[in-house]
Amino acid sequence: MSQATTVPDVPGPAPTKSSGPRKLTKAEQRAVDAKTRLSSPWASVIAIVIAILWSVPTLGLFVTSFRPEIDIRTSGWWTFFRDPAVTWANYDAVLYGGSTNFIDVFVNTIVITLPAVIIPITLALLAAYAFAWLDFPGRNMLFVAVFALQIVPIQITMIPLLTQYNNWGIVGSFWPIWLSHTIFALPLAIFLLHNFMMDIPRSLIEAARVDGAGHVKIFFQVLLPLLVPAIAAFGIFQFLWVWNDLLVGLVFGSAQEVAPLTVRLADLTGTRGTAWHLLSAGAFVAMVVPVTVFLLLQRYFVRGLLAGGVKG
Amino acid sequence: MRSKTTRRLAMATSLGLAGVTLAACGSGGGSGGGEDVDEALSSVDVACEPYEEYGDLEGTSVSVYTSIVSPEDQAHIDAFIPFEDCTGVTVEYEGSRQFETQLPVRLESGNAPDMAYVPQPGLVERLVTDFPDSVFPVGEQAEANVDEYYNESWKGYGTVDGTYYAAPLGANAKSFVWYSPGAFEENGYEVPETWDDLMALSEQIASDHPDAKPWCAGIESGNATGWPATDWLEDMMLRTAGPDVYDQWVEHEIPFNDPQVVEALDMAGQVLKDENMVNGGLGGVESIATTPFGEAGLPILDGSCFLHRQASFYQANWPEGTNVAEDGDVFAFYLPGNDTETQPLLGGGEFTLMFADRPEVQALQAYLASPEWSNAKAKVSPPGWVSANSGLDPANLKSPIDQLAYELLTDEATTFRFDGSDLMPAAVGTGSFWTGMTNWITGEDTQSVLDSIENSWD
Repeated sequence: MSQATTVPDVPGPAPTKSSGPRKLTKAEQRAVDAKTRLSSPWASVIAIVIAILWSVPTLGLFVTSFRPEIDIRTSGWWTFFRDPAVTWANYDAVLYGGSTNFIDVFVNTIVITLPAVIIPITLALLAAYAFAWLDFPGRNMLFVAVFALQIVPIQITMIPLLTQYNNWGIVGSFWPIWLSHTIFALPLAIFLLHNFMMDIPRSLIEAARVDGAGHVKIFFQVLLPLLVPAIAAFGIFQFLWVWNDLLVGLVFGSAQEVAPLTVRLADLTGTRGTAWHLLSAGAFVAMVVPVTVFLLLQRYFVRGLLAGGVKG
Repeated sequence: MRSKTTRRLAMATSLGLAGVTLAACGSGGGSGGGEDVDEALSSVDVACEPYEEYGDLEGTSVSVYTSIVSPEDQAHIDAFIPFEDCTGVTVEYEGSRQFETQLPVRLESGNAPDMAYVPQPGLVERLVTDFPDSVFPVGEQAEANVDEYYNESWKGYGTVDGTYYAAPLGANAKSFVWYSPGAFEENGYEVPETWDDLMALSEQIASDHPDAKPWCAGIESGNATGWPATDWLEDMMLRTAGPDVYDQWVEHEIPFNDPQVVEALDMAGQVLKDENMVNGGLGGVESIATTPFGEAGLPILDGSCFLHRQASFYQANWPEGTNVAEDGDVFAFYLPGNDTETQPLLGGGEFTLMFADRPEVQALQAYLASPEWSNAKAKVSPPGWVSANSGLDPANLKSPIDQLAYELLTDEATTFRFDGSDLMPAAVGTGSFWTGMTNWITGEDTQSVLDSIENSWD
């Protein structure tokens, strides 16, 4: 953990430190070198331009969400700065308007998302361990088959799956949504975690074996601590995917008691699609949690993408 | 150690944030209809006698799947209350904008709702053909209600191959022209009574107001872009060719590009494709294709447009505070026929279709076709709802435009015809007809548009 404090995550504005001059560690030296190499004025200009271009639509959406309905309908968001008029009416309509209680769909989304992230990661960890460290006949074939499942478009599985859930009598509960998200996530999860596990030196596992550790002990005490960044990275991916998913939620969870936030947002524009002025506010309400999660776990995200090797 | 503290702090912040969000959500949400509804319904005759014929249904429940979502769904849910209170049935309402794609998926996988509100007879026919084992004909009580309270044409729309499948629910009238009574009075214009009067008035407006245009229109509606223009053509068909030819055209007994259809579309073109007539406050002819239908009538409010042909439900699109009344800010008159004798009316509506024939489902369908429901629904609905049930008391309707629509719908002199694009096969009615009309607006000529729609109808 001590490393995290000394390595700046990304080359950027140098962290302000009040402590006086001291000898730089190796990592800090590297960061300083990278900074000098990467920060040419032109690169900065391009980076700033791209950042602005990418932020402007979001800013426009944000501004729009606070404008009165008639302004949204008749003029562009940029006219806001000439003639500012602010209202909470859109957020009020999104949060409290309509017959579905907003807090219910919000809770539904959380209830859907957590198991739909935890179940596939748990299963994928076990499967990835088997694929990486257990020798069994047909292992490579099976792994390729699992990997190939990513190619299957989830749309073609909808009706057969729903028929099956219906036969089991679980339609209308959360199970169809959890199971479906698990099914759709597993191929990629197994593939990613397997690759992370393969990066761990075989000698480490063998050393543990020599010391008398069984599979369970190796899995929990040797591998799991090393896999935290990978798990976190995939967890964020899966979290964002499930949170933003409409298709699975709509097909398997359209019943009022289990419908997620996205299903409600899709209905926000009204029966004839005329209430689209609510969409910008709805988008921001739906974004709050994913953005918070992303910002809080950003470190893991970046590290998870880059790392994968052994940490000292 | 610093990172640990930071993380804990971050956790605390996020939890705190969640707390704030939850608290904010809890403070005012979920009261729904509340007292207003109780008040509105208490004036409904809460005597349970009309419900006794449904028998003992205590403890049962019916699931209803519809395309009607918030905010319009609340009135539907509230209108179940007298039925639920008197019979003990619980009605589970579920609305989705993805209704049309989701309903076949649910039928296919055996997860059908007990009942669906289907907004197009064309879809009823498709469901009956594709899922003959899943749909059930209308029950006896419901059919008796339809026979007693509805014009017989409504029964025809719910009949597939001689079997009666779908009972009528709500209705809407589309042959309306929105205008500003104030602007008419100021300029001394009169509400026209024949099509020729209307065209004369349009020309009068064009010459009196060089800065404005007589008409405004818009047909943009996401992936349904084009539908308002199909209504134009249908209304013109009813006026130039008459209801019988209209039926043949909708049934494809005459080709889509029949000369009589060409004539009707050219008549619509006298307004929609004439730069002197459109598009008030919005631009030239082509701006019709890009203007959202919900906003197309708004220029009437600032005087840059005088006339806007759109259905009775358009009243929901006026900004808050607009007074919709004969002496208010905006109102609508009936899109006149060729003469004062004939009164063709284009309209639409929803139908109830059963996917289960349990007694409580049949009872609900019968209730929805009864005057009790229509009156209860009218009392809890905001302006913009009407049904064609002759047992509905117009005094219960909220707005003068709804009363006018109801009057037209139930008038003996009216020749009612269902929106043709809802009756045609989906590939045409919700496909090539829409895109064809959009191409027509953006410059394609009448004959080639109708030819290409005809070619898409196999």
